[in-house]
Amino acid sequence: MIRIENLYKSFDGFEVLRGISCEVATGEILALIGGSGSGKSVILKHVAGLLKPDRGRVLIDEIDIWSLRRSELEQLHSRFGFLFQSGALFSSLTVFDNVAFRLRETSKISEGEVRKRVLVALDQVGLQGAEDKYPAQISGGMIKRTALARSLVGNPEIMLFDEPTTGLDPVIAHTIINLIQSIHKAHGFTGVIVSHELSRVFQIVQKVAMLHEGVILTMGSPAEITASQDPAVRQFVTGSLEGPIKMR
Amino acid sequence: MFILRRMGRMGLFLAKTCYYLFRTPFKISWVLKQIWFIGTQSMLVIFLTGAFAGMVLGLQGYYTLNRFGTTALLGPMVALSLIRELGPVFTALMVTGRAGSAMTAEIGIMRISEQIDALELMGLNPYRYLVVPKLVAGMISLPLLTAIFDVVGIFGGYLIGVNLLDVGKGTYFGEMANYLDMQDVLAGVYKSFSFGILITWISCYKGYYAGFGAEGVSKATTQAVVLSSVLILFWDYVMTSALF
Repeated sequence: MIRIENLYKSFDGFEVLRGISCEVATGEILALIGGSGSGKSVILKHVAGLLKPDRGRVLIDEIDIWSLRRSELEQLHSRFGFLFQSGALFSSLTVFDNVAFRLRETSKISEGEVRKRVLVALDQVGLQGAEDKYPAQISGGMIKRTALARSLVGNPEIMLFDEPTTGLDPVIAHTIINLIQSIHKAHGFTGVIVSHELSRVFQIVQKVAMLHEGVILTMGSPAEITASQDPAVRQFVTGSLEGPIKMR
Repeated sequence: MFILRRMGRMGLFLAKTCYYLFRTPFKISWVLKQIWFIGTQSMLVIFLTGAFAGMVLGLQGYYTLNRFGTTALLGPMVALSLIRELGPVFTALMVTGRAGSAMTAEIGIMRISEQIDALELMGLNPYRYLVVPKLVAGMISLPLLTAIFDVVGIFGGYLIGVNLLDVGKGTYFGEMANYLDMQDVLAGVYKSFSFGILITWISCYKGYYAGFGAEGVSKATTQAVVLSSVLILFWDYVMTSALF
């Protein structure tokens, strides 16, 4: 279970998060939605332990991640999968080696088993045949799919997705969402997903939190968010130009 | 205050690196890869600079010694200058320019493209994977490269002194054996070993804390080269005062 309690974070005096509190039950996926710069990715990085809160706590299974020692945090991270917005693939490794990296470094399975698992993962994201290519030789969509295969190959208990479908064509985006859904059904990870693709993401999450000006404006099931009469939520869900959300 | 904070962060970075240096598992294959990059791939530039440094020393040394009528001491002069001082310093400066800048750029790009975050989120320690192998490779490669620089430089001086000028073949090496002792050689080894730590420390630190975007990496790379070069000369002075 992921629990965020009263989270505050500022960058250079600018308050990005102002008292965020929410909870994601085990096996549940939470979607974080909101305008650009509303702090969605910042929350994700706090959950991952990559950013330290100015105030507040992030608890994973009731353990405050900032109370852990470095070695304990590494242990906790081995339960995580994170899909970065940019993919964050290791540029000096091939697609195959990127996906295999975690298995080779953190598990004691044989190279044959690693190969089998990596090929299955690449097949799932439709990247068979691209094993020997380097990140610089593949498209943005392929980078994202490789990153997804890399984050899922170790069957993590907690998955964090930072805009998994941004920059992808509709077919690939749909494939990615379906894949996340099928893996969630199979392995039941606890997840947080940041996305602007509301219609697709609403199909796979159990809970949605809408961020606006550093606070959670509203939280509920996808149906509740869609039916919400809050002007900011309505504006965001319908993509209207009129409303309290101003472009920055 | 700002400088003190930066120095503290640099010190902490080195302390963390040293901590992980003695923690298992050791990434031997990563160290070997770095020895190939820092050591093997620097050999050509070290060979060339060593040869020219020795040749210049041979030429300048000969004309200087000729004024005092002691050209027979050309061999010891070239060897002592190279082994005690120029070899370690020139090698360190060359490695800083060739490998140190590349180390900063590599880690800096990994930082800004979130590759270091990705490593952490796999439960893998970035110090163990990115910094420690470079530090170990620096400690091993620098003394070896310095030895190559010294030997090539001594033969460069020989080429000028014996083949072009009128120093005797036997005299060049014979006198060298009389004036050089083990302490000179060890001083060179200590210096180059410490330069290996210094270059990798500064280069990795600057890359690890690189600023945003391409400009951040470019700035970090420049700072790494400048700071390493200045510190090499400063530390050389400190070690020379302490060792001789």
